[in-house]
Amino acid sequence: MSNISTQLLFGQLLIGLINGSFYAMLSMGLAIIFGLMNVVNFAHGAQYMLGAFAAWILLNHFGISYWGALLIAPVVVALFGLVMERLVLKPLQNLDHLYSLLATYSVTLIVEGLVRHQYGSTGMPYESPLPGGINLGFMFLPWYRLLVLVFSLVTCIGTWLLIEHTKLGAYLRAANENPNMVESFGINVPRMITLTYAFGVGLAGLSGVMAAPIYQVSPSMGSSIMIVIFAVVVIGGMGSIIGAVATGYLLGLLEAITKVFYPQGASMVIFVVMIVALIARPNGIFSAREKTS
Amino acid sequence: MSHDGAPLLAVDNLQAWYAESKALHGMSFEVRQGELLTLIGRNGAGKTTTLRSVMGIVRRRTGSIRLAGEELTGLRTYQIARKGIAYCPEERAIFASLSVRENLALPPVLRTGGLSDDELMSAFPNLRARAGSGGTKLSGGEQQMLAIARILRTGSRFLLLDEPSEGLAPVIVKEIGQLILRLKARGFTILLVEQNLRFARSVADRHVVVENGRVVDTLTTAELDAGMARVKSYLGV
Repeated sequence: MSNISTQLLFGQLLIGLINGSFYAMLSMGLAIIFGLMNVVNFAHGAQYMLGAFAAWILLNHFGISYWGALLIAPVVVALFGLVMERLVLKPLQNLDHLYSLLATYSVTLIVEGLVRHQYGSTGMPYESPLPGGINLGFMFLPWYRLLVLVFSLVTCIGTWLLIEHTKLGAYLRAANENPNMVESFGINVPRMITLTYAFGVGLAGLSGVMAAPIYQVSPSMGSSIMIVIFAVVVIGGMGSIIGAVATGYLLGLLEAITKVFYPQGASMVIFVVMIVALIARPNGIFSAREKTS
Repeated sequence: MSHDGAPLLAVDNLQAWYAESKALHGMSFEVRQGELLTLIGRNGAGKTTTLRSVMGIVRRRTGSIRLAGEELTGLRTYQIARKGIAYCPEERAIFASLSVRENLALPPVLRTGGLSDDELMSAFPNLRARAGSGGTKLSGGEQQMLAIARILRTGSRFLLLDEPSEGLAPVIVKEIGQLILRLKARGFTILLVEQNLRFARSVADRHVVVENGRVVDTLTTAELDAGMARVKSYLGV
């Protein structure tokens, strides 16, 4: 322990928080989609990647800055999600979950293939919109990473407030439990499902835009993070939004701490936790709510 | 009380399926404006399926379901609800993730004439006292009250109630019966599924006996009393 410098520890913790921010935002979208639709959205990683590519294309082909892309790209990706829900998921809604899982996985392969064909496999850099940073004494904190942390927290808290403390959120929670009953109240549940899916996909797109200046913009960026995101959602509790967010940040930090004290274990620690969580609490640490009968 | 004139709901040759299994084999009956009609029959006769088919929850169905002359079979559940039908299912479907207050306030106001939040709380004082509790923390009777109260908010004047007395203590069943009679007195039209013959008899104007997914008899309450042996043979009691 005494050999580990404060700078290394805090540097890794910052990286852990940044990774955790992406884990939290992506797993939140996945949890929302699963909670309402019972769809394991395997395309979430591809939609995250599309957000990053949309930002890159907007900058390089249309001269639209990061700040413009932060608004436009999530909407574009959400529209992609809307079309995908109508064309791919809706026809499968009455079948076993496995069908939608396979369909979304197929969409992932198609989207990744198309992007790879167009832009190649090597990643492309995206300039940080906020260069520089602040020296905290024990570590250097880049401005952009601070922005990502704050933005991610605001997004997660805002989404949680929307779902837990608004009428729309009450509809979503109720439809999560018993969509037929909510529809029998006169609420257009099919449209709510489409818009919720688009919202979850838009969150993935937003995460992709925010990731572009930190990671390389590459066709495989989604699939490499996706397996971790699934682990986060399983550990947090399928369909539990607060569970997904809390677990996302915690696992990001755990991964970073492991990197400091036992670097060889950093890439597997999340999956060790997942196995332990599955054995000890199969429904997840923050189990989703009970359903109505 | 007579309920003459055109029917509010006319079900004609209704057939419905769960996957490949046919549950209704040509149900036909009418509910008149302001009337309280029960569907009675054994378990599995098709009573609940009839309500779910009227509501569009069972989607695979043929025949005709007309509300005030307007065909409903091509509509989705939310569109049917917006025509003025409210549904209270057998399992009550109280949302566990919502408080009593949230459960009560969940259905949107679809038309004028619904009860306001204050009116609902006044009409159901037990619910006012438990407003902050989780919806499924209530007793069975309170959950049933909540399930009925909730749909009164929408403004719909035609209620489909599926076995509201099921599993409740006799004193609570009596309270539910009084509530249903108060709703009827306020002009609601009610289609009630019921296995409790005594309860059905105490509240309804007419009774439709259902067997194997079709109507086998229709009786007024006076006829029910006169032909109780026959009705009991239908119900197997």
